[in-house]
Amino acid sequence: MEQQYIDLYKEQQANVKMHSASPLNDLRDGSFALFERIGFPTIKLENYKYSDLKEPLSADYGLNINRIPIPVNPYEVFKCDVPGIKSFLYFVVNDGFYPVSDPRNNALPEGVIVGSLKEVGKSHPDLIARYLGKLSAKKEDGLVAFNGAFAQDGFFMYVPKNVVLDRPVQLVNIMRSDVDFMANSHNLVILEEGAKAQLLVCDHTVDDVKFLCNRVTEVFVGENATYEHYKLENTNTKTTNLSTLLMQQLASSTVLANVITLHNGITRNTIEIALDGQHCETTLCGMVIGDKNQKVDNFTSILHNQPNCNSKELFKYVLDDMSVGGFTGKLFVAKDAQKTAAFQTNRNILLSKMARMNTKPQLEIYADDVKCSHGATVGQLDEIAKFYLQSRGISEKEARLLLMFAFTNDVIENIRIEALQDRIKLLVEKRLRGELSKCEGCVICQ
Amino acid sequence: MSEELLDQVTQADYKYGFTTDIETDIIPIGLSEEVVRLISKKKNEPEWMLEFRLKAYRHWTTMKMPEWAHLNIPQIDYQSIAYYAAPRKNAPQSLDEVDPELIKTFDKLGISLEEQKMLSGVAVDVVMDSVSVKTTFKEKLNEMGIIFCSFSEAVENHPELVKQYMGSVVPYTDNFFATLNCAVFSDGSFVYIPKGVRCPMELSTYFRINAINTGQFERTLIVADEDSYVSYLEGCTAPMRDENQLHAAIVEIIAMKNAEVKYSTVQNWYPGDKNGVGGIYNFVTKRGICKGDNSKISWTQVETGSAVTWKYPSCILLGDNSSAEFYSVAVTNHHQQADTGTKMLHIGKNTKSHILSKGISAGVSQNSYRGLVRINKAADNARNFSQCDSLLLGDKCGAHTFPYMEVYNDSAMVEHEATTSKINEDQIFYCNQRGISTEDAVGLIVNGYAKEVLNQLPMEFAVEAQKLLQITLEGSVG
Repeated sequence: MEQQYIDLYKEQQANVKMHSASPLNDLRDGSFALFERIGFPTIKLENYKYSDLKEPLSADYGLNINRIPIPVNPYEVFKCDVPGIKSFLYFVVNDGFYPVSDPRNNALPEGVIVGSLKEVGKSHPDLIARYLGKLSAKKEDGLVAFNGAFAQDGFFMYVPKNVVLDRPVQLVNIMRSDVDFMANSHNLVILEEGAKAQLLVCDHTVDDVKFLCNRVTEVFVGENATYEHYKLENTNTKTTNLSTLLMQQLASSTVLANVITLHNGITRNTIEIALDGQHCETTLCGMVIGDKNQKVDNFTSILHNQPNCNSKELFKYVLDDMSVGGFTGKLFVAKDAQKTAAFQTNRNILLSKMARMNTKPQLEIYADDVKCSHGATVGQLDEIAKFYLQSRGISEKEARLLLMFAFTNDVIENIRIEALQDRIKLLVEKRLRGELSKCEGCVICQ
Repeated sequence: MSEELLDQVTQADYKYGFTTDIETDIIPIGLSEEVVRLISKKKNEPEWMLEFRLKAYRHWTTMKMPEWAHLNIPQIDYQSIAYYAAPRKNAPQSLDEVDPELIKTFDKLGISLEEQKMLSGVAVDVVMDSVSVKTTFKEKLNEMGIIFCSFSEAVENHPELVKQYMGSVVPYTDNFFATLNCAVFSDGSFVYIPKGVRCPMELSTYFRINAINTGQFERTLIVADEDSYVSYLEGCTAPMRDENQLHAAIVEIIAMKNAEVKYSTVQNWYPGDKNGVGGIYNFVTKRGICKGDNSKISWTQVETGSAVTWKYPSCILLGDNSSAEFYSVAVTNHHQQADTGTKMLHIGKNTKSHILSKGISAGVSQNSYRGLVRINKAADNARNFSQCDSLLLGDKCGAHTFPYMEVYNDSAMVEHEATTSKINEDQIFYCNQRGISTEDAVGLIVNGYAKEVLNQLPMEFAVEAQKLLQITLEGSVG
């Protein structure tokens, strides 16, 4: 399985490098050597115990190494705008940043850089060199190493000191291909001291072929900065969505990350947030609505490396049909990271006989003056509550929906962009009704 | 204040550290097919037993020591261990014939045999090193058809029962340490409760490791036939010594229809001195199976000793409506490391399990809870509730939780919660205010914290366990 890619790399590395953002090339050989050594992750590895990627990884995908332009104008095909949302809108088509910019984006405050790694790599090489790979290069992870070897471009965002973005930045990943296709991209987000930004990442597929997306995102949040990261995954059932989000927080920074998986084939989200400064605040939430054969695994770690930080984690799953959910929540409190308060909750509902849930909340604590807790439950909808609703004239179906909706609501409440929150409420409701398997409003999907 | 108190505790010597001079009969160190044959021969075992051992030994040679636990274990040289030691003298017929040294040992521990026998009505099957030396109350139990004897006797007198049940819960291929035990196990206890019998007394075994450089490999098999009940106690204290000792035991429990087995243990093997030198390596495989409908198995453990503890008393809930409980208090101090927890495998319908684990770490120790709850596809209406709390006393120790929940059935209810915290300053202050010293306050709070588990222990044990907690921890908080 790995061999074909190893051969491909050896044969094509000149091409890969030629068409890449130059900063990515600096790390490429190291990543490849690591990949050659460890290969793709298997379920034998503790961290991938609940993500069986053998099948999706062994399929035959096309790779666009020579960066042939894709004839699609995302602004025309993509009308999946959240109504009422005012955002700075950007696209990544497959694995490349889409170069045409929206006039709306001219309103970006001065000093803010948003663009492709390739372009910014030319204009601000020092900036990128300071951050790129600082979190990903030391990961002993097959998927990250593979990404490091093959990723050629990605999204880049830089918010300078004390600059506040008044609107969210929206990044839409569109998958467009006529053949089974694999995309690797490396995103980099930097917030300097005191900066404030929101990033909304949406994943979409346009064609009904097998896609494999392997994306690595590095986020650096400076002192006193505030960052919100929203990820909305809504693709076709043939898509394998592998994403690694690595984040570093410096002192007194605040981060909110919310990962909502509505529809994918196989999903593996690795999220690692390192609290490398004191007085950090972190909120990590997620929600999964799974049905059919979907498999979703969220592997999260919050590393309390410094004292006086607070973190909260909340993940909720609703699993129907033959879907399989996996959740790992690792809370690590380093030695001397005193006065840590870390709370984690994972709640899951199984709606069918064949649905499965594997959950593994995990605490690793080396400091004594801490308050840490985790709770995990797997169960069903509350029969008594359902009966109560029914006794008030609400049909069983509606009662179920109401309860499921209430169940997911506290994750949705953690969305601080109002328009997005409304939109997601609607999407979740539709999704729970089984009406939505594709994103509404999208011309191509219909 | 904390420094001083911490020192006091960390410097406290192992209270039960002394060696008794009893002659022991040791075979040469190392492990080979010859040694396995020799052990079997020394124990006058039948051919099928030898075959079982050899099968296990051959399998063991293909296995590697597991490394997944959150433990830092120095390389163990399995060829530098003596695999058999037995007191030379033949097993005595009455208390008078028991080695006076042994009696003295028990006197020092405050668990004198006479006292046990007369006052508490507990039948004691003493395992001193590896061979059972003394069994009391046998006759009384015999009347009811209960078999409570050493494993070797069971092999000799009840081969059909041993053949039927041995290895049926923990197969010889189960894991590295279990396989090792199958090859070289020395002795242990065998309990059989016949149909419809409620065992009138608590069955108890006291272990002591006593010969220098001897691994101890007990094997316990408890079979509770239909509608029966038994409560079994196991406790141990070990004398001080420098070299690491390997201890790999197996406990198998089989509960048939409507049967109930309660298994309690207080473990206080030598944990090593304050620098982490010496101490016992405790790798134990304990597993029970609720084979029949409505059966019940309950594990209660108080773990205070051992340098390294690797122990996961588990339950297979096969029968419908069966239930299992796991109550645990694990205390680690100095350089102790513990990776302990349970596995609950729900297979039958309407099965219930309850896990309550309390970890307390002090000094520079590492204490982990590792548990698995699996609800199989056919296990309709299964119910599990797990709670694991950790208490940290000191800023150099670690407390970890690794719970795995695998739910394959939609009618299951699985709940897990865990907390980690330290003793609240306010609580200590409150006690101080009322004239209770900090040291006593900590003891009070820790005992209160562990109360839920200690309450599950039989009377005699609860007292000892409370004392042990106090000894291990008093004052180790600031």
